[in-house]
Amino acid sequence: MDYGIFREFADSWGLVYMFVIWLGVLIMLFLPGSKSKAIDAAGIPLRDETIVPEDKNNE
Amino acid sequence: MRNITSTIVVGFGTFATLLLAAFAQDSAFRIHMLIIAMSLGIATIILLRMVNFTPAIKDDPNEYMDGPIRVGSILTMMWGVIGFTQGVIIASQLAWPEFMWEPWFSFGRMRPLHTSAVVFAFGGTALITTSMYVVQRTCRARLFGGGLAWFVMWGYQLFILLAATGYLLGITQSREYAEPEWYTDIWLTIVWVAYLVLFMGTLIKRKEPHIYVANWFYLAFIVTIAMLHIVNNLAMPVSFLGSKSYSLFAGVQDALTQWWYGHNAVGFFLTAGFLGMMYYFLPKQAERPVYSYRLSIIHFWSLIFLYIWAGPHHLHYTALPDWAQTLGMAFSIMLWMPSWGGMINGLMTLSGAWDKMRTDPIIRMMVLAVAFYGMSTFEGPVMAIKAVNGLSHYTDWTIGHVHSGALGWVGMITFGALYYMVPRLWNRGGLYSIRMVNWHFWLATLGIVIYASVMWVSGITQGLMWREYDSQGFLVYSFAESVAAMKPYYILRMIGGLLYLTGGCVMAYNIWMTILGRKRNERPIPGSIPANAQPAE
Amino acid sequence: MGLLDKHGAIERNASFLLVGSLLVVSIGGIVEIAPLFYLENTIEKVEGMRPYTPLELAGRDIYIREGCYLCHSQMIRPFRDEVERFGHYSLAAESMYDHPFQWGSKRTGPDLARVGDRYSNEWHVRHLTDPRSVVPESVMPTYAFMKNTPLETDLISSALKANAMVGVPYDESMIENALSDLHAQANPDLDSSGIEGRYINVRIEDYDGNPEMVSEMDAMIAYLQMLGTLVDFSTYEPEANYR
Repeated sequence: MDYGIFREFADSWGLVYMFVIWLGVLIMLFLPGSKSKAIDAAGIPLRDETIVPEDKNNE
Repeated sequence: MRNITSTIVVGFGTFATLLLAAFAQDSAFRIHMLIIAMSLGIATIILLRMVNFTPAIKDDPNEYMDGPIRVGSILTMMWGVIGFTQGVIIASQLAWPEFMWEPWFSFGRMRPLHTSAVVFAFGGTALITTSMYVVQRTCRARLFGGGLAWFVMWGYQLFILLAATGYLLGITQSREYAEPEWYTDIWLTIVWVAYLVLFMGTLIKRKEPHIYVANWFYLAFIVTIAMLHIVNNLAMPVSFLGSKSYSLFAGVQDALTQWWYGHNAVGFFLTAGFLGMMYYFLPKQAERPVYSYRLSIIHFWSLIFLYIWAGPHHLHYTALPDWAQTLGMAFSIMLWMPSWGGMINGLMTLSGAWDKMRTDPIIRMMVLAVAFYGMSTFEGPVMAIKAVNGLSHYTDWTIGHVHSGALGWVGMITFGALYYMVPRLWNRGGLYSIRMVNWHFWLATLGIVIYASVMWVSGITQGLMWREYDSQGFLVYSFAESVAAMKPYYILRMIGGLLYLTGGCVMAYNIWMTILGRKRNERPIPGSIPANAQPAE
Repeated sequence: MGLLDKHGAIERNASFLLVGSLLVVSIGGIVEIAPLFYLENTIEKVEGMRPYTPLELAGRDIYIREGCYLCHSQMIRPFRDEVERFGHYSLAAESMYDHPFQWGSKRTGPDLARVGDRYSNEWHVRHLTDPRSVVPESVMPTYAFMKNTPLETDLISSALKANAMVGVPYDESMIENALSDLHAQANPDLDSSGIEGRYINVRIEDYDGNPEMVSEMDAMIAYLQMLGTLVDFSTYEPEANYR
């Protein structure tokens, strides 16, 4: 592979890829309803931390 | 019963390393392998006798696996004290060069020992230990893989032993923060893959639907370090029974690969990993959720996006092509934003509970850690600006910067996490002494402040002396004069380190007493218990 | 029940996190590092560069072993004061055979990129044995043991071969004659036609002043004395090499 192709790919599609992920994260975070999910997730360490026994998990 | 497999494995390891020593091609490799064989031999004997003096811990799959975490907590504390001691020793060596014993204890061999003891032994063990603690409790599931967690913990300690003894024997690749030679690197790769499997396995079997953000940071740390470690350590051994290897890359390429690694070791080992710690232990100790969970997710993605590009700022004005230097500088400056987002997120977690700063020394410690995170991540981008770097590079300023991050951020958040975990891991009502935490806090803080400010002054002095011209257009100072001018700063720096070490010893005593189940008879911190619960005096 | 229904999606989430972060972090490295291997003008065209002689390479290994790079840089930046103090700024080409590079990151002591030919061998022996006897302000450790320690030479041709495998242009005869070249460079009484034919601009001296044995001191000083002396700057054009 020659450097030209490599570089061209990186600063076009590579950049697009990174920007899309970044934007995707932002959009996901600010979709309606995500606020309550976020508040919920933030509470994880403060909730009951006892283990959920393995055997209750037979699917 | 439970020790049979591990005894066989360690015993086999003893035999294998003895064989390697017997067929070694160079003397350093032979001595190194003999030391490892001896250590593994001792470990085998201890394992064989284990049944006699340890109470059998029942392996209940319906309980958290805390055994390796207990061991890890003690090891973290031990490595901390050893690493800080090592720092005080090499600081003294620079102030009084007579304080070196060639060849094993000269500065060039002792410095990697200090950096690795603090970064990899103290920091690494702290990360592995806390990640095991956090991932279980936020997933509400037991660690994956049975004995795998034990393998990760002790395997990593073997890596530390290999690295540390290697340095003193002069076995080094000369890649800063990646000094261990090829065989030690291979061993670390094995342990690290096991660690990834352990962590991913636990995440996958979790009972909590959401993956808490602390685990994101831990996961990014594990994955990225794996990638960095493998690429940066590609090398050709001279002999498969010898200690020496030559790097796959040369010159410019090698330099950029090394600093791409070096900077991201800071970014993903000393930052991302410890942020995972912050996002769990700070909310726990403050008893309130993180200020903004969404900000923490933005923090995560922005941080890993930007950090990976910043490495070339270690190579400003060198023979590295200009475009790479500029790219590194631009991304370093951009990094300021997510870093401060994270700092604000951490600090604001306390909003509405600022009084805890006064009454709870553990919270105070964590808050100071976050404040130092903010300070170092501000100083870093400033130093990445080419004009500033022209002055600061090659001087003690860099050393000061690293220590404000390592002592202030990494050290303090780890101490906070240890103070939180230990009473819970051993089922003690609380710490042996809260007042001693307070002492630790002030000793450490004073130590850092002295250290960082002294290194600023000495670094800038150095940089300015090197470029000072007189009116005739001649350089004013010889290089030797700039070395002589550093002496008072080197002594002061040693004193700063000594204070920090003293704080570490206070912690070690406090934690040890907590583990023994003692409780110090002391007056509570004023305001820490509601007025009506105050014991009559 | 809701929890169990989501199980598949959750598993994907963890793996998504893993793959996503790996992709994100690998892009930076690819864009920054990979080009250096493809770009033709990363390394300047210069005259005079050659691989290290076996004795110099052995000395370089000692330099690495003792951690000299922790206090001495080998990278002169293009600043007026640095160029006046240490010599012409460093070129990428000058470390093209350095596996690994020794640019360093700290100057507790001075830069060594062009220390070659600056001091006599005797000065180096005294300085390494007791630095403060020649530079009173120095904080350098003493390396007196090097003078009494015979150089380990068993693996020297394997060392050249390993370097050749990672791209240093050592040819068959260099690898084959590594041991005899090593001895020839440290002893002017031996036949030097072989080594001079294989390496250009090679200093042949008894570096440590003890003809009885090839010590670590010999190797170390041989390395120090050649640092930065290879490139012929009379034929170097900076404008043509701007990157």
